[in-house]
Amino acid sequence: MAETGNGMFPLVMCNVGFAAGDRAILRDVNLTLEAGRRTVVLGPNGAGKSVTLRLLHGLLWPTTGEITWGGKTAQPTAQAMVFQRPVLLRRSALANIEYALDLAGVPRAERTDRATAALARVGLPHVAQRAARVLSGGEQQRVALARAWALAPRILFLDEPTASLDPAASREVERIVADIAASGTRIVMITHHLGQARRLADDIVFMHDGRITEHTPADVFFRQAQSREADDFLKGELP
Amino acid sequence: MSTLSEAFSTSFALMGGLDAKLLGIVGLSLKVSLTAVLFGSLIGLPLGAAVAVGRFAGQAPVTVLLNAFIGLPAVVVGLLVYLLLSRAGPLGQFGLLFTPTAMVIAQTALITPLIAAFTRQIVADAWREYHEQLQSLGAGTLRATFTLLHDTRFSLVTVVLAAFGRAIAEVGAVMIVGGNIDGVTRVMTTTIALETSKGDLPLALALGLILVGIVVVVNASAHLTRQWAQRHYG
Amino acid sequence: MNPSRRSLLGLAAAFLLGLSGAHAEDKFITVASTTSTEQSGLFGHLLPIYTQKTGVQVRVVALGTGQALDTARRGDADVVFVHDKAAEEKFIAEGYGVERKEVMYNDFILIGPKDDAAKATGKDILDGLRKIEAAKAPFVSRGDKSGTHAAELRYWKAAGIDLEAVKGAWYKETGSGMGPALNTASSMNAYLLADRGTWLNFKNRVDLKILVEGDTRLFNQYGVILVNPAKHAHVKKELGQQFIDWLVSAEGQKAIADYKIGGEQLFFPNAKK
Repeated sequence: MAETGNGMFPLVMCNVGFAAGDRAILRDVNLTLEAGRRTVVLGPNGAGKSVTLRLLHGLLWPTTGEITWGGKTAQPTAQAMVFQRPVLLRRSALANIEYALDLAGVPRAERTDRATAALARVGLPHVAQRAARVLSGGEQQRVALARAWALAPRILFLDEPTASLDPAASREVERIVADIAASGTRIVMITHHLGQARRLADDIVFMHDGRITEHTPADVFFRQAQSREADDFLKGELP
Repeated sequence: MSTLSEAFSTSFALMGGLDAKLLGIVGLSLKVSLTAVLFGSLIGLPLGAAVAVGRFAGQAPVTVLLNAFIGLPAVVVGLLVYLLLSRAGPLGQFGLLFTPTAMVIAQTALITPLIAAFTRQIVADAWREYHEQLQSLGAGTLRATFTLLHDTRFSLVTVVLAAFGRAIAEVGAVMIVGGNIDGVTRVMTTTIALETSKGDLPLALALGLILVGIVVVVNASAHLTRQWAQRHYG
Repeated sequence: MNPSRRSLLGLAAAFLLGLSGAHAEDKFITVASTTSTEQSGLFGHLLPIYTQKTGVQVRVVALGTGQALDTARRGDADVVFVHDKAAEEKFIAEGYGVERKEVMYNDFILIGPKDDAAKATGKDILDGLRKIEAAKAPFVSRGDKSGTHAAELRYWKAAGIDLEAVKGAWYKETGSGMGPALNTASSMNAYLLADRGTWLNFKNRVDLKILVEGDTRLFNQYGVILVNPAKHAHVKKELGQQFIDWLVSAEGQKAIADYKIGGEQLFFPNAKK
């Protein structure tokens, strides 16, 4: 399943709109994401960042426009998502990862080895047999990252993965995300933490009021944002 | 007051004596109600979870019906099952009326809506928390349903226990479909009703105390299991 | 997860087998009878003797006479054993029963409070009822279409009292069996008509006692009827008839006469030879 990643890119949103009932949340969003980069999505609350990520991941369907992967509309399976609050099942950390591998069609014989390796990569080999839901918040998020990583996704979406964590746990998550990116997985991450964005991003997508106002390389963005909204955002946010 | 104290001493004497007849009655009560709980769970748990997770037309009315059926009077359920199983009824040829099987059927009919309705509520709450994650991992509706049942298992134990409590304590339905036949369909509650009819209030009350005792023991052990599980699984 | 689910199913199967297997081998008949025969303890005395002799289990469902006959009409019993001659004859006339055989009688008694404010005590049941009505003293009626209820209504009529016209708060229809009606009467200190068997076996008497007994009009005849196999093909004709034949045989009649509570005989066999 994981090898279907070939030909996934570019991932393109073409004139995508999304409405919940009468309320338009996204309007005319156009975005092209190439392989092998780390993209950070910035923007104020209510800008439509989370909806954009869910549309890309296939949890939501566009109301108008279309999303294509390497020119095709079919959703590839070699992708994963990590949420702000990790949702782990009431079973051991290892079994949580094995569950995801089972759903991804990994043969039973391989699951335990892959799950064990994934836990080791996030620095938590010792919690394998512990019940996932009694781990600390930081550990739970790392198990969620291990679960995503074990699936060997070609692209990983992260929706504010450090928003409910303390600084130490946040740095640990950041390190793991960098490692996942180094292993060849494309990253698309939402964050409100500008320092994190600076450290992780190759390019920045800035959203405001349901639209993308700019998509620029990170160094350019932080030197001089191209859109007025992004400029205001940075001035308001930076000390 | 004297009736009460007599009831307590009678119940201790009954339990101490381990009267074979009493054991038979208690045994049948447990057998019938546990079997009903088993079938009620096999139907009610997946049904409740499916209503919570599935997206289908008529979801709202089904939910309302399940909740409403919790309050169905046992006598009404008994009467319906009686009419179904009676020789003159649609299932008459099986000759099930006035057998323990009829009592299991009646109690199953009584508690399945209760199990399904509470399961639906618990699973729906969990589904709100889990559904994006499970969808992201690629779980289909069926798989998600069983995953949620498994993950809410400790809460569902309480639901199943409540159903057991209702089953073993009800008298109206088993009286009608079982007939309270000595040695065949006489359970604790119908014995209590019979002894009350005979005016032997201390004996009736003593049997009631034993019934309460059984329900308390079952609930206490389940409560302890649940506490232990919650510490270990979160 | 899977092994535990499999063991659950195994458990379910075991339970079902246990339930249905328990009595599958036994020969049995189902008898629809009255609460008075059950609650007086007569069946507890009679049936073990019969089962020991024949190996046939007799399963008694105790209901009011009307309900017992209805149960048989639906085909849910093989034999009815009740005490309301008129209703029994109607049952046979409708084709539901084969033949009515008289088995035994007991008697009704008028029960009431010890102080008997209505002065109903005496040898004449009709006179007693008239006094209760005149005093509007609280009276509990079964009100459940049972044989006892039917008898009570006959006595009111024979006493020249039009119940529908004089009914009031004093006349309480409980719609319940003999035992519950007795419980109601003892808690309200009311009058009521009861069968002697249930009364003798009744423990919660409080201030109640027998006021009228021995009036020949109070005799209460029990009959036994085989449910007509022509109406319900599954009726256990041979086993049912065997039970009926035993009840009216010398041996069965003696067993009935032998049943006593506190030295007092409850039922008087009177099957025709």
